[in-house]
Amino acid sequence: MADSPRVALFVTCLVDLFRPSVGWAAVALLEAAGCRVEVPEPQVCCGQPAFNSGDRRTTEDLARQLIPALEPFDYVVAPSGSCAGMLRRHFPELFEGDPAWSARARAVAAKSFELVSFLVEVRGMRVPPGRFSGRVTYHDSCSGLRELGIKDQPRRLLRAMSGLELIEMEGCEVCCGFGGTFCVKYPEISTKMVDDKAARAEASGAELLLAGDLGCLMNIAGRLARRGSNMQVRHVAEVLAGRLDAPPIAQSRG
Amino acid sequence: MEPLSLAFRERAARALHDPVLATAMQRLERGWQAARARAAADLPEFEALRDAAVAIKDHVLANLDLYLEEFERRFTAAGGVIHWARDAAEARAIILDICRRAKARTVTKSKSMVAEEIGLNAYLEAQGLRVIETDLGEYIIQLAGDVPSHLVGPAVHMTRERIAELFAKAHGGPPKQDSAALVAEARQVLRQRYLEADVGITGANFLIAETGSIVTVTNEGNAELTQGLPKVHIALTGIEKIVPTVAEAFVFLRLLARSATGQEFSAYTTFLTGPKREDERDGPQEMHLVLLDNGRSRMLGGPFREMLRCIRCGACMNHCPVYLAAGGHAYGWVYVGPMGSVLTPHFVGIDKSWPLPNASTFCGRCEEVCPVRIPLPKLMRLWREEAHKRGLAPPAARVGLTLWAFFARRPALYRLATRLAMAALGALGRRRGRFSRLPFASGWTVSREFPAPQGPTFTAQWRAARGAKG
Ligand code: SF4
Repeated sequence: MADSPRVALFVTCLVDLFRPSVGWAAVALLEAAGCRVEVPEPQVCCGQPAFNSGDRRTTEDLARQLIPALEPFDYVVAPSGSCAGMLRRHFPELFEGDPAWSARARAVAAKSFELVSFLVEVRGMRVPPGRFSGRVTYHDSCSGLRELGIKDQPRRLLRAMSGLELIEMEGCEVCCGFGGTFCVKYPEISTKMVDDKAARAEASGAELLLAGDLGCLMNIAGRLARRGSNMQVRHVAEVLAGRLDAPPIAQSRG
Repeated sequence: MEPLSLAFRERAARALHDPVLATAMQRLERGWQAARARAAADLPEFEALRDAAVAIKDHVLANLDLYLEEFERRFTAAGGVIHWARDAAEARAIILDICRRAKARTVTKSKSMVAEEIGLNAYLEAQGLRVIETDLGEYIIQLAGDVPSHLVGPAVHMTRERIAELFAKAHGGPPKQDSAALVAEARQVLRQRYLEADVGITGANFLIAETGSIVTVTNEGNAELTQGLPKVHIALTGIEKIVPTVAEAFVFLRLLARSATGQEFSAYTTFLTGPKREDERDGPQEMHLVLLDNGRSRMLGGPFREMLRCIRCGACMNHCPVYLAAGGHAYGWVYVGPMGSVLTPHFVGIDKSWPLPNASTFCGRCEEVCPVRIPLPKLMRLWREEAHKRGLAPPAARVGLTLWAFFARRPALYRLATRLAMAALGALGRRRGRFSRLPFASGWTVSREFPAPQGPTFTAQWRAARGAKG
């Protein structure tokens, strides 16, 4: 296992549906880090929409559906701090006091990781395989930052890429206003938050904004596009893997 | 105060168009938020202090009955009179009764969120008493007939110009231009009121079990004058404010000011043990303490116990992007920001406040800065569960969630449906890479483009490329 662990890619529902290129970038990165990657079924969703809406029953049902699929692997890796946080932090919480499921949930939680922190901390990646030149800025998605302590890992890999200049924007740790269903339940507040984020991103002077969560990225890219900005937005895995053939989020080819 | 929390979204939306509020909130962000970060960084043991504070609070909450009894013994031995109030109505009646027996006409008051919680001012005024707030922010709010919008700075939402107008109207004379003149004017007026007051009402930040002392913390010294000058002092606070010893009180005092405003220590901290003694020159002849439950003991026995650790520092709101966008008044009741979103449902009922715990992205900044590490997002989620059980969410959200859950529970069907849907959406969005309008997503597209999916789903691509097994 030490040299070639079996990794379940939990691709996340947003990447699955909207941006499969992020999934392929994750596969490329994991394989570059010596992992054998599989995409076990059934995987639909980590259950956050239900969990954060207070629908505990659906959340537990979805977790019971997902856990057995992930159990056979050495690791579970997701290209999202928010979904990895759900697996790592909240799955055990869900089944507290449930003798049959709590041990299983804890075991899956213990081997679940967010992609970039997994590459750096578990696989010891120092230099990513991709190439990129240009000025980028990095948005710290909330769950990754505060639930999993992801801050330095992506920056370390990005700085190791020659030609890439990392510029910090003001308030990189402030929420972009996505918040899952929050963005449609409270669109006015969400708009204010994402507009502040977009303005600060533009003011940074970077050409490309990166983050580790597709939800935040779609939100920020959507707002930037509506503002008429030509700043590009991508998932950090795409740059780290050097897979830039897909157009940036919310933009078209050509 | 009648809760207006059901209208949170509308009130917040209106607040977003208020340029005065936006400036005020920016001041909070650049001022107190930055100051707290500096204060925390300057104190090497800050994180250790937070851990110690959590441990002390948890210990006290686990033994609250014992500590309350010990406190009562010492407080009474020092000459104070304790009153236990089960709810807001009882607390108000007790305070009115003390005022009546003191034949009071004028009452001065220093800042107390518990007094706001029980609607004390309106009640006493309706009974014919004259109530004068002595905290500058509260005084301004009172003149304006307004309610606090922040735990620590009740008038943060107001401009200097508006305050000058209020003062000119209340005190006469032309409106003053600078802050120093305004403060001097308020001091002048209030000094007279202190001397006229028959009863002084204060809150209490901490109650010390080993000495029977109450501790008040202010930056203006107004609590000292409120409790020391009139014949009768009434302190009003919640039963959770106990700390075992003086030494432990200092753990909280060091955290409180740093977390609230980034000060190392509040300007005035007073430990008060009993009324004036024979050999003392100053102090009230009578000292009363009204200890309010108002649902706190229920909280103690349930999943919200951690909320009772709260020391009312306001850090959670200073760092909350939702609060900083919406302002305090949007929350529609006494307690605002993340701590308000957890507390308000306890006091007014979840059916009258369910939008509050829902109005969070769960970004976690509140928990990150809370000096006593209250897991505010987790507690808000508990309220969402309660709201969900009672069917309180808006119909559109419920239908959406039910539909999504139907598919998510049936992976094969989900695969098929999403493959078809993404293929269609991907084809439609190919040319621009995004949509400016989509049915059912107006909440998004009102202000954002909606990124088009690439087309084939990842799982479908994977199966095609690497075989069904994975
Ligand atoms: S919840 Fe925490 S941060 Fe908020 S007021 Fe209470 S103690 Fe301060």
